[in-house]
Amino acid sequence: MLLTESAVSTVSTAPIPGTSPVVRQNPGHLRLLEAESIQIMREVASEFERPVMLYSIGKDSSVMLRLAQKAFYPGPIPFPLLHIDTGFKFREMLEFRDNMAKEVGAELHVWRNEPAIAAGTNPIKLDTKRCCALLKTQALLDALKHYNFDAAFGGARRDEEKSRAKERIYSFRDAAGQWDPKNQRPELWNLYNARVHPGESIRVFPLSNWTEMDVWQYIHEENIPIVDLYYAKERPMYVRGDVLMPIEQEFVRLPGEEPQMVKSRLRSLGCSPCTGAIRSEADTMPKIIAELLSFRSSERANRVIDHDQEGSMEIKKREGYF
Amino acid sequence: MASLITEQNQLQKDTASVFSIEKFLEQERGKDLLRFSTAGSVDDGKSTLIGRLLYDTRSVYDDHVKSIEGKGTAGAGVLDFALLTDGLRAEREQGITIDVAYRYFSTERRKFIIADTPGHEQYTRNMATGASTADAAIVLVDARKGVLIQSRRHAYIASLLGVRHVIVAVNKMDLVAYSEEVFQKIQQDFEAFLKAANADGRPVELYFLPVSALLGVNVAKRSPEATPWYTGPSLLELLEALPSVEDTSGAAFRFPVQRVVRPDQHFRGFAGQIASGSIHAGDAVTVLPSGRKSKVERIVTYDGDLKEAHAPFSVTLTLEDEVDISRGDLLVRSGDEAQLSRRFAASLVWMDAQALDPTRLYLLKHTSHTVPVRELSVRHRVDVGTLEEFSADTLQMNEIGVLEVETRRPIALDRYAEVRVTGAFVLIDARTNATVAAGMVREIHKDEPHASKQGPVTAAQRAERWGHEGEVVELNAPAEVADALEHALFDLGAVTVRALQRAPAMNAALASSGILVLVHHESEAPAHLKIGEGPALEIATDDINAAVEEILKQLRGHKILQ
Ligand SMILES: Nc1nc2c(ncn2[C@@H]2O[C@H](COP(=O)(O)OP(=O)(O)O)[C@@H](O)[C@H]2O)c(=O)[nH]1
Ligand SMILES: [Mg+2]
Repeated sequence: MLLTESAVSTVSTAPIPGTSPVVRQNPGHLRLLEAESIQIMREVASEFERPVMLYSIGKDSSVMLRLAQKAFYPGPIPFPLLHIDTGFKFREMLEFRDNMAKEVGAELHVWRNEPAIAAGTNPIKLDTKRCCALLKTQALLDALKHYNFDAAFGGARRDEEKSRAKERIYSFRDAAGQWDPKNQRPELWNLYNARVHPGESIRVFPLSNWTEMDVWQYIHEENIPIVDLYYAKERPMYVRGDVLMPIEQEFVRLPGEEPQMVKSRLRSLGCSPCTGAIRSEADTMPKIIAELLSFRSSERANRVIDHDQEGSMEIKKREGYF
Repeated sequence: MASLITEQNQLQKDTASVFSIEKFLEQERGKDLLRFSTAGSVDDGKSTLIGRLLYDTRSVYDDHVKSIEGKGTAGAGVLDFALLTDGLRAEREQGITIDVAYRYFSTERRKFIIADTPGHEQYTRNMATGASTADAAIVLVDARKGVLIQSRRHAYIASLLGVRHVIVAVNKMDLVAYSEEVFQKIQQDFEAFLKAANADGRPVELYFLPVSALLGVNVAKRSPEATPWYTGPSLLELLEALPSVEDTSGAAFRFPVQRVVRPDQHFRGFAGQIASGSIHAGDAVTVLPSGRKSKVERIVTYDGDLKEAHAPFSVTLTLEDEVDISRGDLLVRSGDEAQLSRRFAASLVWMDAQALDPTRLYLLKHTSHTVPVRELSVRHRVDVGTLEEFSADTLQMNEIGVLEVETRRPIALDRYAEVRVTGAFVLIDARTNATVAAGMVREIHKDEPHASKQGPVTAAQRAERWGHEGEVVELNAPAEVADALEHALFDLGAVTVRALQRAPAMNAALASSGILVLVHHESEAPAHLKIGEGPALEIATDDINAAVEEILKQLRGHKILQ
């Protein structure tokens, strides 16, 4: 433990330190986040045998896709995309998905839990929890197994929810695809442990350090195409107090209920029966960002899914959800 | 006419609101990023402090605040801010922070990433994790308790992990009547300790602040009414003013190659993130470990070529010459090279429940490559609270020590104190795949010239010549598989002996001198393979050739064969 006197300097009651001129021009936080995400994607593509990118069509996936284009430019994206289709996605989403896959030249796999869909699974017949378990979690686990993917990118961010805040960038899943928060690998610097035994896998979250605001700003700066549902437009909705219910599925309709045209948009994209719209005038990207600044509730507050139970996201993740 | 005017008014109003958002976006473009970690003993108020920072910067949504109203331990009418950050059920149940949690907030000047780490001794590894990417660390001290052994541990780990700015927040000042004396005493104790603790001669800047996390004193705003004797910045002001992304433009250029990008015959680029320094098109570079030289032709990005790029940006470089480069190589500026060696001394934080065991195979992951470790020997263990050094031959979970490391292949290194990325590594247990340790290079030894003609021929020299390590390989399989494997190894030039019966001591001695010892037990397919002390691996095929291929692949995966 050698130490020279000068190695420690103390500024306790001095004026604000660090006001010395910054030598280099500040590149901006989005560029720093971008650099980090690209490093992660390149590691995954190089260290795993069969990686895949979960593509959910939402804004986070859109950012992820652009980052993948950047990471491997001028080469193609070296892994396929996988969409878990619950059968309840908005029509605009599916069209958009197919166009995007074509545009970036990536292979697209779509997976549905057909038996559950055929059995008429929906969040009203079952509760939202069991519906998600079948149409999302089970479908995802089946798809990963079917294609033998050993790593899967997801667009989840740590700012979304409290149990996500503890998620690693490389989230280790056992052979059943399950997450054990107490058994996660330490993650230091940008050194990620990609070693898995057969059957085990890693979920990778390259957007971990992005916030909702970062994502929107990046979409704006980079001109990234997003589904039209994010922009405010006159749309038919079932109006239930503060809740605007898209009319996409007939079974959500209450007896005697008639749709009304409301200028509205979706803040996050999910399954239509569980995603409420918000009243909004934001029909351009700057307006969406301005609107976001005025929000006082989180994007997930518009989803039915997190409300079931305190810690429900943690439970779903343990079961194998993203 | 009238309607036209209204329309125009409407248009102007719209552009006015869009214009102000453009101003906001402009401001956002100028924002930078500061990463800091926090550590403190249980109940020092760390979660409260972070909750407070988030709350005061309006970074928590109403539904989150609502979800914690009336809950927690802070007492009636006072929000328990800790509940905003403790996310796991076990944490809420026990009221403590267990794992590293990442939090985000933003001011007009800066985006902040907080790594909130737990304070118990048994979570030293989580603290190290949080500190590894931090530009600054906040160490919490309970004003009533003074500088405890845990506070010292936090400060020591921060300095060991190369955190430049250590902020000591003396919390719960409201419970000591905002006493300047108490504050000064803590400051003195702390300075004395950290001076003694500075592990690697890397300069640490220390700052002291008197705060009350619960009441928000000196957190977002200065509170002269509570602490008139304190004239420094509030915590948030300090965080906004610290220099962020370390200025490494003057530092050595280091570029670990992550991937070779080769979409067609005409393009061959090397993708990576600049770890330190900067590079211009035309600069002369050297490839390590090969030592080949070339010049940077282009700096390619999706958004167009760059003339110059610097850390920490992710780019793709093309070179003027056809040089053989692959993942794991390091590009450096010619004349300012990293040191190539197999042998170095490092500080290690042991993070696995299974203690360091020199007979196990560990893989060392460093930049974008992974090399097997040949030898690990503990020089001493450090008691982090007292800074005493003890001789030791192992490290238990959460212990810190200095070790001598030898890898099986030379790697391009810098001292951690000089370049964080090329001086940092993790160890992975080859059998369990667990990340078992974090390491920081302290001293790089001269690589032993393996051509040395003095003394007996070493295992290292044999490994170099023969292209494989010595190991005992047990195979339960039909005789045809064992024979085919032996022939395949023979064809590869591997020095293999077939041990007809189990003679562990003899086999181990042969293996330690560099020979592959094949122990065969007759059995039905599928074959089972055991490499050294590793688990039995099933070779799930009936086909002899496929089985041999799989076994060779396993031997390569375990870094036995090169
Ligand atoms: N009086 C007072 N109490 C505080 C202060 N900061 C935290 N506390 C209380 O100390 C307890 C522990 O706080 P917590 O944030 O959970 O500590 P942690 O274990 O370090 O995360 C809680 O009851 C807090 O309300 C403070 O500045 N003043
Ligand atoms: Mg806490």
